[in-house]
Amino acid sequence: MNETATVRTVRRLILFAVALVAPFVFYPIFLMKAVCFALFAAAFNLLIGFAGLLSFGHAAFFGSASYVTAYAAKAWGFSPLLAILTGTAVAGVMGVVFGWLAIRRKGIYFAMVTLALSQMVYFYALESKYTGGEDGIQAVPLRDVFGLIDLNRPLTMYYFVLAVCLLGFGIIYRAIHSPFGEVLRAIRDNEPRAISLGYRTERYKLLAFTLSATLAGLAGATKALVFQLASLTDVTWQMSGDVVLMTLIGGLGTIWGPVVGAFISITMENYLAELGSWVTVIQGTIFVICVLVFRRGVVGEIVQFVNRRQRQPRLAEEPRTL
Amino acid sequence: MLGWMHIAVPPAPALFGQLLIGLINGAFYAMLSLGLAVIFGLLNIINFAHGAQYMLGAFCAYLILNYIGIGYWPSLLVAPIVVGIFGMLLERFFIRWVYRLDHLYGLLLTFGMALIIQGVFRQYYGSAGQPYSIPEPLTGGQDLGFMFLPNYRAWVIVASSVFCFGTWFVIERTRLGAYLRAATENPALVQAFGINVPRMVTLTYGFGVALAALAGVLAAPIYQVSPLMGSNLIIVVFAVVVIGGMGSILGAIVGGFALGIIEGLTKVFYPEASSTVIFVIMAVVLLVKPAGLFGRTA
Repeated sequence: MNETATVRTVRRLILFAVALVAPFVFYPIFLMKAVCFALFAAAFNLLIGFAGLLSFGHAAFFGSASYVTAYAAKAWGFSPLLAILTGTAVAGVMGVVFGWLAIRRKGIYFAMVTLALSQMVYFYALESKYTGGEDGIQAVPLRDVFGLIDLNRPLTMYYFVLAVCLLGFGIIYRAIHSPFGEVLRAIRDNEPRAISLGYRTERYKLLAFTLSATLAGLAGATKALVFQLASLTDVTWQMSGDVVLMTLIGGLGTIWGPVVGAFISITMENYLAELGSWVTVIQGTIFVICVLVFRRGVVGEIVQFVNRRQRQPRLAEEPRTL
Repeated sequence: MLGWMHIAVPPAPALFGQLLIGLINGAFYAMLSLGLAVIFGLLNIINFAHGAQYMLGAFCAYLILNYIGIGYWPSLLVAPIVVGIFGMLLERFFIRWVYRLDHLYGLLLTFGMALIIQGVFRQYYGSAGQPYSIPEPLTGGQDLGFMFLPNYRAWVIVASSVFCFGTWFVIERTRLGAYLRAATENPALVQAFGINVPRMVTLTYGFGVALAALAGVLAAPIYQVSPLMGSNLIIVVFAVVVIGGMGSILGAIVGGFALGIIEGLTKVFYPEASSTVIFVIMAVVLLVKPAGLFGRTA
């Protein structure tokens, strides 16, 4: 490998410093939103980029965790950490159930099954008396964390969100760079062979699905506290589409791809908001362009370019197409 | 949703009323999942733009009525042709490029197309529905004694059954259908026999899209014409397709009608579950028979 451990550590430290300084330059709410969606996209990418499973229903986990967190904080008066934990746990349990059903099929069927299951969650959220229907759960109260940290200050909230999401990224990074991650890639590249080597691929896929759902839930739970709101938007299939788009723009199967994709997508949403429905048209156009000519995504193309010049050996995080 | 059905207080009319609504919904599920199945069979892509194309059909009828004065009956022919040609252009210039890639790219590409089409129409027409009146000879209805049957609804059920059966007949019982089925099994071999498979693919896609547009025209007087009319519907249709079994034409038709009726009955007996019952059935079918009820391969 050309890239030494020192270079990587230095790079990470620089990025961390950037993340620490960022709220003094950019609007903290914007950053928090982007960080939450980056975690959401990274969790989604764990499934599609490393296990080769395209879930078109990840909004179900993101949105459910968001609702549960908001409800727990508002109705039961849970502290922020406990509320996030509750929301994330619910998403994890849903991940087990949905995953258990969905991994029976592959490819497009898998995508359709996850989409249909998440639509069920949408209808539940629309009609249930706990979710506030069209209004959602608004004005979620923020209690102090450990009785010390006051999250009502945007800057404090930002560092709290950053810490939670970094924890999430850390888990994803560990999962990818572990024997478990190796097996997932083996399944992605050639499932019959992985089976013939004695791996019970079903279990690995279910575990990957659950992990991905749980972390998507963590992102949704954190988002609910950032905006002090859980709403129907979070569980729609458009949200599932958004996270697919983020990952696709950034680059499948790379660690940084989803993060970059999320930032691009949120920035776009922010600045193009006044264009109304043209935003959807632009998103659609980007989808078409990504699929037709740009399948590796931004980070994927860059990594590919660098690798080709340095003749890097194959790495765990490898830009890829489906 | 519909004023007249809420008047029905006694159980029997309520039951039959919901049964009728279920049958109508089922007719649309059947036509849409049939189009999806035909497209999937040959192109191996899930046409996510199907809901948007259904909406295009309804809008096409609405626009030519209001700008050119072409009424409902000619629309039944004009709208599917116009939208079908639009579909063929999409296939020719965009979708064709993803055949050699993983099938998921077809899904993502058509998803992007659906976003573009729906976004454009939402920009110009908002999210509210535009009314489209029932054509003259089909207004009013019949009192059957146990229930009131609006003529237009009866027509929709008859028409969609005829279209579904027609499609099934062409695919399963004619020479053209035989080519199509052969090309589904082995395109390279069929091409070697001198059949222009790429053109057949384009026409098949156009046909599937036209079927969606036709469903859109039929739906225009019942539901309002709105840019998002197809966006939630298409996901239910996906579930119908998973239940019926993807490869199966018959599965699409039978599954569509049956699930529409089941949904209608659920509204009578357990209204809370009526919007989710199809997804629950899908989950059960996945557990018991992962390939779908009529599906051959997993």
